[in-house]
Formats: sequence, C-alpha cells, structure tokens
Amino acid sequence: MKRTQSRALPYLLLAPSLVFLTAIFLLPLVQTIALSFSESGVASLGNYRRMVSDLNFGLALRNTFLLVLVVVPIQLALALGMSVMIEKIGRGRDLVLWVWTIPLGVSDLAAGLVWLAILQDRGYLNSALYGLGLIEGPTAWLTYETPGTLFLGVVLAEIWRATAIVLVILVAGLQLIPKEYREAAEVFGARPWTIFRRITLPLLKPSIQTALILRTVLAFEVFAVVYAIGGTNFPVLVGEAYTWQNANQNTGVAAAYAMLIVVISLAATAIYLRVLRVPAEQQP
Amino acid sequence: MSGLKRTVFWTGVAALCAWVLVPIWLIGLGAFGGRTGVFRWPKSLWPGDASLAALQTFLAVEGVWPAMVNSIIAALTCMALSIGLGAPAGYALARFSFRGQNTYRLLILLTRAFPLAILALPLTVAFIRIGLYDTAFGVGLVHTALALPFAALVSASLFQAIPRELEEAAWVFGCSRWQAFRKVVLPLALPGIAAAAIFAFVISWNEVFAASVLSVKNRTLTAYLLTVLAESPLHFRFAGGFLLILPSLAFIFAVRKYLFAMWGIANR
Repeated sequence: MKRTQSRALPYLLLAPSLVFLTAIFLLPLVQTIALSFSESGVASLGNYRRMVSDLNFGLALRNTFLLVLVVVPIQLALALGMSVMIEKIGRGRDLVLWVWTIPLGVSDLAAGLVWLAILQDRGYLNSALYGLGLIEGPTAWLTYETPGTLFLGVVLAEIWRATAIVLVILVAGLQLIPKEYREAAEVFGARPWTIFRRITLPLLKPSIQTALILRTVLAFEVFAVVYAIGGTNFPVLVGEAYTWQNANQNTGVAAAYAMLIVVISLAATAIYLRVLRVPAEQQP
Repeated sequence: MSGLKRTVFWTGVAALCAWVLVPIWLIGLGAFGGRTGVFRWPKSLWPGDASLAALQTFLAVEGVWPAMVNSIIAALTCMALSIGLGAPAGYALARFSFRGQNTYRLLILLTRAFPLAILALPLTVAFIRIGLYDTAFGVGLVHTALALPFAALVSASLFQAIPRELEEAAWVFGCSRWQAFRKVVLPLALPGIAAAAIFAFVISWNEVFAASVLSVKNRTLTAYLLTVLAESPLHFRFAGGFLLILPSLAFIFAVRKYLFAMWGIANR
C-alpha cells in the first residue's frame, strides 16, 4: 500500500500545475493557431492576408525588429560591464546591487511614463537643453514628425527598464564560476581583459544564453513602453494585435499577429540555442 | 586599484546608480507637482510646489481605487496559485525520480520561448463562457501562467538544497511524510518561497497586455491607465506611473537577498 502510494505521489504533486498549464498555456496556443487560420468558422488564410496588407504591418514589423536589434545587444554589453563592476565592489556591494536591480520591478507601462516625464515638450531634458542654451523653448521630440528621436526615446526607456533582468542572471551566473580559475590565470600573468575574454566569458555562456532568450522573447512583446511614450505614432507588433482585438474587434487578425510573434520568438530561441550551444562536457 | 583608476571606477558606479534613480525621482516630481508643475518651464530638479494634493486628486478620480483593488486581487490570485501549484511540483522534482520528469522540466522551460501574455487572446471567448471574463480573478489566472514555471523551478532547487537526511530522520522518529514536510522541510524553505511569491505578485502587478484584453469594466491599474492614457492630462499619467512603481520598490527591496539565488537557480 505504502509503496504504490509513494509511486503515485510525484504525479499527484505535478498534476495540478500540469492541468493548469494545459488550460492556460497549451490550449490557448492551439486555439490561437485555429483562430488565426479561420474566418467565420471556415479555414482560410484571410486573417494573414489582412494582416500583411494592413498599412501599419510593414512599419510595425520593421520597428519591432529595429528595437530588438538595437536594445538587446546594448543591454547585454551594459549588463556584462555592470556585473564585472559588481565583482570588484567590496563595501556597499549590496546597496549598489539593490539600486541597479530596482527597474526589475518596474512595469513597462510605468517605465514609458517615466521617460515621458523626461522627454515631453516641457520635460526635464528640454529644460536642461534650454539651460545650456541649445534650444530656444519647449521642443517636441515624440511626434510622428520626429521618428528618429521618438525611436531613441523608446530605446532609452527599454534600456533603463529591462537591463536589470540581464544583470541579475549574469551576476547569478558569475557566482557559479569558481574563483580559482581566474586566480590561476592571474598567477600566470594574464591581464584582466584576457581573463575576462578567455575565462569569464566562456564559462558564463549558459547564463548569457538564458538571459538572451528571456530578454529577446520579451523584447519582441514590447508594447506598453511604446504606447506610453509615443501613443500610436510608433507601431509595433503587439500594439497592432491589441488594436485589432480591442478597437477593431477582430480576434482573427489579432491571432495572426500573435502567431507571427510566437514564430519569431521560437526562431530567436532556436538561434540562441544553436549559436551559444554549450557542449555537455562543459556544463557546470 | 590605483588612485585614478579607483576614481574612474567609482564615478562609473555612481553614474549607473544615478541612471536608475534620477528618472524615478523625476516622475515623482511629476506625480507630486500636479497640473501647475507639468506646465512649468523651464523645470527645476527640486520639488518647488510638490504636495500630496496632486496624488490625492489622482486617487479621487473615478475608477482609480477600484483599479488598484483589482490589481491587488489579481496579484494575490497569481501569487497564491503559482506557489500553490508550483511548490508541490518543485517538491516532486526535487525528491523523486520518476518517468516523465524530464518531459515536465522541458514543458516548464518551453514556456519561456512563448509570448505567454499574447496567448490570452483566445481566452476571452472561454472566459466569457465560464463567467471569468472581466474579473480580476480571471486576469490573475492568466498571470499565473507567467509566474508558475518560475515558482516551480525555484522551489525545486530550494527543496533540493535541504538535505534529504533531515526528512528521513523525521520519518524515523515517527512523523508521517506530510508531518515531516510541514515541520522540517517547510520552515527551511519558507524564506525562499516567500521571495518567489513576492516575485509572482510583482509579475502580475506589472502586466499590461493580458489584463487589458481580458477586462472591460473591472480593469487592473495597468489596464485602466493604458485605456485612459490617450485622453488623460500629463500629471494624471505621471501620478499613475509613480503609483505603479512605488510597491515594486518595496518588493524588490524585500527580496534583494534572494534575487540572485533565485535566478541562479532558475537558470539551470
């Protein structure tokens, strides 16, 4: 009796979460696929045709990719630099870490509003520029007539908000690397840059991989930051899905957008898994 | 480090701290400055006319309080469910070896490659049918999908870190499996689980897309702010943004000790 009980126990413990994930993750995934390929109950590619022929589609696709391609590499570089700095801080390390990880708890909507306060016409950036004599009065940076600065504003807000998650993963990864490796390299006269490139970076690869996957998938979901800063002046993919669902009441096209984002996310993950592959014998 | 190097290093650290903190300070000024503060030109970095009145005005606007209450209900739902479902799964992964274990782990890791919040779209139909549409509880359910995989992985390694022998000793002294878990294992794992729970709360509190899609009247604070964004004055938006940030500051402070252990764990 006791034996069969303990055999079934792990499955009983897993079952609730499995049922839940099936209902709220797998089933909706299948439903999204079905919705995107059907129009009023009939199988069709109509939703995808409407999505692609929409005026904003090309723009949203381009903007989203541009954002990811600019933001993610900067975040990785910045977080790497910060995590190496953290290693060198003796006293005050915990305080600095807390400050640097604060944005981890800030929502994308709030981050967008934060940067709106700074970049709006009568905001703090313009006040500073005015003080320096660089502009003559309130200047607009975030309209559809200034797409360059609007893009920069979104990039700043994204870097401000979401570098912390990369930092946390990298710092956690650094803690797993035995100090002896670097000390040995030092004994043999390796310079800090060489140690970083030849020892720290390769051993950190699994963490970098996780950080990049998480961050990139989330970066393709960018939406509220953009909306808070630029309204509808800067279309992105999730924003379009939101508009089709809520304003246009067309779940089919919204589902097509969702599928596009799913495919892009999976492709990005597959690329990271391949390019940053960690051979089994090197795994810690 | 030599003197110059040291100066450069600490300047860098200070600059990065300022990079995080100054924007929060500035939206705080925007939130407390009210209508007059927003139009002041040029702006000052110090609070001249800041007062609590501006935030009180914001809270008095129709819909703000209910939205906050909804946010809290959704976040508590997410917190309770992701721990309630995730921690047992974590215990199973940590203490048993059984067939299907790796498949389960794979499913959990797989969720990372999907834009989970976006998959809430088709749930509107199902939620309308079973009466969960436009409820904070329904939103909390979807947010649980975001937090549950994390909670399961974190609790798995929390339990793994507690020596099996402690539990076995309790069995020897006549405790049942459940008693041993409750009296020996749980107290040791509790701080880490609390940290994961707080993290689940923050995930839900901050989520925008699923919350906006799944509700019309009973909106969470993020969904409410998103819908009124276009037609609301700037000082109103800043007050909203500031209120969204405030609890997160406290929560991240509360879990700071466990932050790195949690993520180091969730990686493997």
